[in-house]
Amino acid sequence: MSLDIDIEHTRGTFRLAARFTAQPGVTALFGRSGSGKSSLVDIVAGLIKPQRGKVAVDGQTLVDTTRGVFVPKHRRRIGYVFQDSRLFPHLSVRQNLLYGRWFSRSDGGVAGDFNSIVELLGIGPLTERRPDSLSGGEKQRVAIGRALLAHPRLLLMDEPLASLDESRRAEILPYIERLRDGTGVPILYVSHSVAEVARLATTVVILSEGKVTAVGPVLDILPLAEASDGGSALEAVVAGHDETFQLTTLASAAGELQVPKLAAAVGANVRAYIRSRDVMLSLQPPQDISALNVLAGEVVQIVRSGAQADVRLDCSGATLMARLTTKSVQRLALAPGRPVFAVIKSVSFERS
Amino acid sequence: MTEEEWTAVRLSLLVAVTATAASLPFGIAVAWLLARGRFWGKGLVDTVVHLPLIMPPVVTGYLLLILFGKRGPIGSFLDQAFGIVFAFRWTGAALACAVMGFPLMVRAIRLSIEAVDTRLENAAGTLGANPLWVFATITLPLCLPGVIAGAILSFAKAMGEFGATITFVSNIPGETQTLPSAIYTLTQIPGGDAGALRLTAVSIAISMAALLGSEMLARRVGARHVAA
Repeated sequence: MSLDIDIEHTRGTFRLAARFTAQPGVTALFGRSGSGKSSLVDIVAGLIKPQRGKVAVDGQTLVDTTRGVFVPKHRRRIGYVFQDSRLFPHLSVRQNLLYGRWFSRSDGGVAGDFNSIVELLGIGPLTERRPDSLSGGEKQRVAIGRALLAHPRLLLMDEPLASLDESRRAEILPYIERLRDGTGVPILYVSHSVAEVARLATTVVILSEGKVTAVGPVLDILPLAEASDGGSALEAVVAGHDETFQLTTLASAAGELQVPKLAAAVGANVRAYIRSRDVMLSLQPPQDISALNVLAGEVVQIVRSGAQADVRLDCSGATLMARLTTKSVQRLALAPGRPVFAVIKSVSFERS
Repeated sequence: MTEEEWTAVRLSLLVAVTATAASLPFGIAVAWLLARGRFWGKGLVDTVVHLPLIMPPVVTGYLLLILFGKRGPIGSFLDQAFGIVFAFRWTGAALACAVMGFPLMVRAIRLSIEAVDTRLENAAGTLGANPLWVFATITLPLCLPGVIAGAILSFAKAMGEFGATITFVSNIPGETQTLPSAIYTLTQIPGGDAGALRLTAVSIAISMAALLGSEMLARRVGARHVAA
């Protein structure tokens, strides 16, 4: 699958001008609210007709304003999971799930049959119920199943977790991961949550004020995201568990990390997400401190904004971000090339 | 009740049911156009649909006579092409009632279509349903209470229609004499008061039954949407 987008669209004073190509896997459209993410997804789905440009999936042109091509939404075979699940209130869960099947010829569709998708999403017990009797998390799982059962060649997910609380999100994320790894349907995933993107995405497209500012693999791009809770992701492998202190040791390119015990087998791949405000820098190897994790690295770049500075480190090839005050930057005389030690106060883990 | 009174009651029911059933598909189509359509001249269509509501019924009836009468442009065409005649027939009474009830029907259906969330219709579109299927499977079931309300309003209007009917198809017992016409006739003849009162009671009973029936239907449909 490939998705090629090159469009321009102006609504009021907001101008969206985006151009990128998405590869298989999960492509995250990442940016603050109002950056144009949802409009872009609506354009791909056919809910908005762009004023200028092209959209193509697998080489099939869906929109080309110069040639007057505009494939209507019901002929695109692009699944859409909305932020508000939009289940049909007058139909049962089963009828909702099967709605798209009336219209799709099952040739070439990637997703499997009813039973396997119901099982994948854990919605078997819900099929005879009505949508308004479901919890928010259940509704979203049904909405995902409904989109998949229409045999889409591309799945759009517009902040599918935004309307849910933290525990519901944790309930759904594993299902989306199974979807990514199990069905092979490529996904365009809209989010403004770094943690979600770090956990799910293969490729990241960063949108800012209607423009694409960066495209690339998640580990390279995420540190560039100008999100308020900036951070970086590290690929790691579970190296061992310490039963006495309930800790897990991870091996990453940047060095070893000790974290609260993870429910993952030795050898499992995990993706550690480290927020830049949880990283302190020291010029000497720190001693007698409570933090367990100290990684050696070198300053690559310093970006100042107001009283804050985002320091980008290279730790044996892995990127780590630290957020300091500009005063500290000056006091430590930090500059590109200077060796430092990063002290990590806490790590959040996203399994991958 | 005399045989003549029964005839008027039966005829009125036939006229009202025919008028409602025949205009319902058009009412739904026009309501959908006004609720969801974007086209030039929408304001004009809206005005024309509402005309029977604001014009004197006699004027509407006279216009129908000019257009659908035996020598009217539409009436003569329908007569020659399909053999359909409206003038001074019960079908003409049904046409007059349908026209008079149309604004009420369209208004109720239009409001309920506007209340259907377009985001649900968009979702159905992304699942592969073309606009016609979206309407049949999403919009129509969700606006059904409004469709029922619109049909009942049209039926009630048809049961009571007098001015346009009597102008268009006159007051012929057994052919075009509906309940209101029969009541009017009875009030014009000496000793007709008792018959007029009996028909008035029947008229009230039918109106109330229609209202109760619509309430029950609407509740059942509503319950199906919300229940379980």
